[in-house]
Amino acid sequence: MSIDISIDGQVYKARDGATLVDVAAENGVYIPSLCYVRGKPGLGTCRTCSVRVNGKVMTACTVPVADGMDVEVSEPGMAEMRKMLVELLFSEGNHNCPSCEKSGRCELQSLGYELGMMVSRFPYRFPVRTREHAAKQIWLERDRCIFCQRCVKFVRNLETGQKIFSIDHRGSRASIEIDVSLADKMPPEQVREAAHLCPVGCIVEKGVGYNKPIGQRRFEIKSIRERALERKCR
Amino acid sequence: MPVNISDKRETASHELPATPLDPSVRAARDEKIQIAMIALCGCWGCTLSFLDMDENLLRLLDKVNITRSSLTDIKRIPHRCAIGFVEGGVASEENIEILEHYRKNCDILISAGACAVWGGVPAMRNVVPLEACFREAYLDGPTAEPGVQPVIPYHPDIPRITTRVYPCHEVVKMDYFIPGCPPDGAAIFQVLDDLVNGREVALPGTINHYD
Repeated sequence: MSIDISIDGQVYKARDGATLVDVAAENGVYIPSLCYVRGKPGLGTCRTCSVRVNGKVMTACTVPVADGMDVEVSEPGMAEMRKMLVELLFSEGNHNCPSCEKSGRCELQSLGYELGMMVSRFPYRFPVRTREHAAKQIWLERDRCIFCQRCVKFVRNLETGQKIFSIDHRGSRASIEIDVSLADKMPPEQVREAAHLCPVGCIVEKGVGYNKPIGQRRFEIKSIRERALERKCR
Repeated sequence: MPVNISDKRETASHELPATPLDPSVRAARDEKIQIAMIALCGCWGCTLSFLDMDENLLRLLDKVNITRSSLTDIKRIPHRCAIGFVEGGVASEENIEILEHYRKNCDILISAGACAVWGGVPAMRNVVPLEACFREAYLDGPTAEPGVQPVIPYHPDIPRITTRVYPCHEVVKMDYFIPGCPPDGAAIFQVLDDLVNGREVALPGTINHYD
C-alpha cells in the first residue's frame, strides 16, 4: 500500500512498512548510517541515523514508515547530534587512521568526512584492549570495534547458523570476541565478507592488507553518501 | 651596536648582533599578518606539507609574515602574532610550556595534523605504561648498544615526558583543526587563506582526510 510521508517538509510516496532509511535514500535524501546494512534487519546500535520522527528522536534504520509520518533529517540540531555521535565513536576507541589497514575503506572514517568532523569534542579515551590473533584467518583489532554488532548478527556458521562473533561484558568493559573453532571453519570467501562487513578496521583478514593504493580505495572512488543513494544492496 | 656577552653563561641566538633590515622591507613585513609556527611532539611532516602549498605559498606570503618557525630559523616569537600554526601533540613538560607561550602570544591557534588534533602516532604509547615504553626504548629494545650499560636518560636539562600524549586542545584552547597525517598542502592553504582573507574557515570534505 502506498502512503505519504514528509521528510524535511517535502512529501514522498512510500510503501507502508518500508524502513525509513531506505525510503529516504530511494528519494535522494541521505541519512548517514553506520550499523545498517541494506537488505538486512536494522540493528539500531550505532545511533548515527538518528532523525526526528513526529517530534521524537529515533533511528531511521529501525523505523517502519507509516502514513502521515513527519520526519526531520537536515534540521541543524539533528545534524549536529549525528555529528556528535560519530565524534563519540572516534573518541571511544583508538581510531588511528594513519596506521589502520582499513583506512580509505572505513565506513566510520568516511562518515567523519561526510559530516565534516575535524576533531572529536569528547576527550579521547585511549582504552587498553588486547588484540586477538588466535583464529587462523582472522585477526581482531579490538581497539577499533564500535560495537555495531553487524558481525554478531550477520556472520554465522554456514551449516549450523551458530554465531561466530559475540560481545562480552557491557559499557566501558565491553569487548568483541570470536569463537576460534567456528572461525577456523569459515571458508576464505566468508572471511573476506566478514572483513568487508565490519564498518571499521576491527575484523582484519590475515595475509592481505594495504593492497589498494591511496586514491583508489573504496570511499575515495565513491563516498559513503553516493553509495547509500545508489538504491541497491552493498 | 657592541654586545657584551662575556658575563652571561648562555646567549640566545636572537641576542647576537644581526644585520639591520632595510627599513622599507621591515615596514612592509610589519604590516602583514604575523604567523608563528611550532612543532611539538610530531615528525615535522605537517611543516613539510606547509611547503607543499607550492606556488600558493607565494600568494599567502603576500599577506603574511612568518616569524618564529623552523623554516625561518627564528627561535622566538618576536611580537604578538595573529596566527599560531601548531604541529604535534603534547608529550613533555617543554611541549606544555611552549604551547602555553603560543596561546599567550597568538590570537588564533591552529591544530595541524593528527598529532596536534588527537595525539597521532606518538599517542600509540597511551595504551602502554610509560615505564614499559622507556624500558623498550632504552633498556631492552633491539637498538640498545651491545656491551654498554643501558640507562634511561635523566637530566634536569631534558624535559620530563608526560605519562601520556595529549591533543593540544586538552592543554590550551585551540581555535581551528586540520586533520591528516599529514594534511594536504591544499587543506593547509584553504584554512590559512580563509583566515587571512577574513572568511569563515570551511575545509571541504574532498581535501579533508584523517590518514
